[in-house]
Amino acid sequence: MFENIRLAFQGILAHKMRSLLTMLGIIIGIGSIIAIVSTIQGTNDQLREQLIGSGNNTVKVTLGSGGESYDMEMSSSLAGIYPVSDATVERILALDTVDRVTCYTNRVLWETAVYYKDRSLTTSNISGVDDQYFDTLGYRVRTGREFLQSDYDHFAKVVVLDQTASDSLFKGEDPLGKTIEIYKNPFTVVGVVYEPSTFESNIEDIEDYQLMNDEEATGMIFIPKASWPILFKYDEPENVIVKASDTDAMTKAGQRTAKILNSTITVENPTVTYEAEDLLGDLKNKQKMQNATNIQLMWIAGISLLVGGIGVMNIMLVSVTERTSEIGLKKAIGARKSSILWQFLTEASVLTSLGGLLGVAAGVVMARIINIATGIPVGINWLAAIIAVFFSMGIGIIFGLIPSIQASNLDPIDALRRE
Amino acid sequence: MSLVLKLDHIYKDYITPKLIVPVLHDVCLHVEEGEYVAIMGPSGSGKSTLMNIIGCLDRPTKGTYELNGVNVLNKDDKTMASIRLNNLGFVFQNFELLSRQTALANVELPLVYAGVRKRERIQRAKQALTRVGLADRMNFTPAQLSGGQKQRVAIARAMVNHPRLLLADEPTGALDSRSSTALMELFEELNNEGVTILMITHSPEIASYAKRVCNIFDGILTERTDSDRTRIEAAGGGR
Repeated sequence: MFENIRLAFQGILAHKMRSLLTMLGIIIGIGSIIAIVSTIQGTNDQLREQLIGSGNNTVKVTLGSGGESYDMEMSSSLAGIYPVSDATVERILALDTVDRVTCYTNRVLWETAVYYKDRSLTTSNISGVDDQYFDTLGYRVRTGREFLQSDYDHFAKVVVLDQTASDSLFKGEDPLGKTIEIYKNPFTVVGVVYEPSTFESNIEDIEDYQLMNDEEATGMIFIPKASWPILFKYDEPENVIVKASDTDAMTKAGQRTAKILNSTITVENPTVTYEAEDLLGDLKNKQKMQNATNIQLMWIAGISLLVGGIGVMNIMLVSVTERTSEIGLKKAIGARKSSILWQFLTEASVLTSLGGLLGVAAGVVMARIINIATGIPVGINWLAAIIAVFFSMGIGIIFGLIPSIQASNLDPIDALRRE
Repeated sequence: MSLVLKLDHIYKDYITPKLIVPVLHDVCLHVEEGEYVAIMGPSGSGKSTLMNIIGCLDRPTKGTYELNGVNVLNKDDKTMASIRLNNLGFVFQNFELLSRQTALANVELPLVYAGVRKRERIQRAKQALTRVGLADRMNFTPAQLSGGQKQRVAIARAMVNHPRLLLADEPTGALDSRSSTALMELFEELNNEGVTILMITHSPEIASYAKRVCNIFDGILTERTDSDRTRIEAAGGGR
């Protein structure tokens, strides 16, 4: 076997030009497949990062009606839906796919309701949060503090701003201890928070996008949920965010949480239910769409592999004819049919495996060029690369079979006579 | 002395769709261990066909053939290959060396097929090459060797498996007279060491090196008597 591999390399090196041309089909085929796979991988990674964020794994479970999210600001209160009870939170936490739970009330204020001196927020997103909220969503404190137990106990009029809101209202002034006005109620700023890694890219829906990119003054405002009725008169139905144990469990965690929450509501309007956003599912759909076109490209690359394989078969047939007397001699001195068969099969598969390796190298280079030229992100999938090399070895075995059988069936007398 | 080769009533016809060409006719040949036999005949006499049958590369139409007391006819390809590997050594007119391999690698080849381990293979191949006087040429490729040296490599390759019978088909056919003489001396030495040799040639001069000579003509093999030998030698064909 090693002897055969050594002989194969010797043969390939003896005909460098011929071997290279023979491998070219394989190199181009494997190269294109690697480049395509890398592009798919890169695009998928990018989509995943944009949609899910890196490593946050949170799923929003919100009230909705017929697929539309339910907006408290636009609608009146919903009879039969109450704030999430501690018992329900316990049930959700008991799910093995769920690590953390936070409940919050939320409104998007499409009017100017938040003021500081002469500055105001033209739109804002206000949430009444529990003590789990910031940790669950991965917010970090930039300055000041989060809410304390005493804030909840005393229905304190304190507020935490996100970076955007703070920038819009204070324009570089130190916000801590300042009083802002929300619907004419004074609230004291105790902290500013930010989302460290996912802040820029975590575009979850069009609202976030607008909030993030609006030239107008906007921002996220958080108050203790105990203080919510100060502004909005009553406890409103809550939304829930769960942190899944890992990214792949997100869909499951969301759906189970929604199920538990729906079992607690006795709503008079049965179309209003808790619905889990399915980021993972959305992601998969988007990836599928992207991949469909790439799969077609793969077929084209596959055809080039087929052509490459036929090229290998052709050159192996030539090689068998050329080496007729060598084969005859080997058989005369006692080589079995199978020895000859293996010798030629090894030669063919070494040739194509080498082509596969060069193809992977070419593919990686192509992927880099695509990345630099078009800005499409690429991610090299090394598993695919390894499979590609083995696949090209397989091509060698398949297309080397006919020439090898021909060689092993040569009659030594004829083979020696032909000079 | 045991019989190495026992051919009895061998017939060989080449059958084409249009006609049957008889090539060998009732050939009987017994060779004992340690003998040195030459089969002499002009081209077309059937000597190559006989050689192929003896070399287990071809099968006779009729007759029996025993090698070392074992009937080698009616065996499958695999068995025939292993008979060739273990019992026979071939030396061809045009050497048939692998041109890209060194002398050593060429001699190793039968041992590779016999499944001998690398270290032992090299050792035995070196011994065989030393035996034919090429100890200093082991890593030369055929292109770097003279005709006589190439044929010595081929002989080393044929001998490396210690075959029962060394088959030489026109071994001097591609050599000049000086190399031919040297090669015949090597054959004589090998024979003196007990190697059984069967040589095919068209040249009476070369045939005269053998201890026993058979003539083949139109597919009929005849043992040459001492009187024939004397006559040829008298005519200046011998040494």
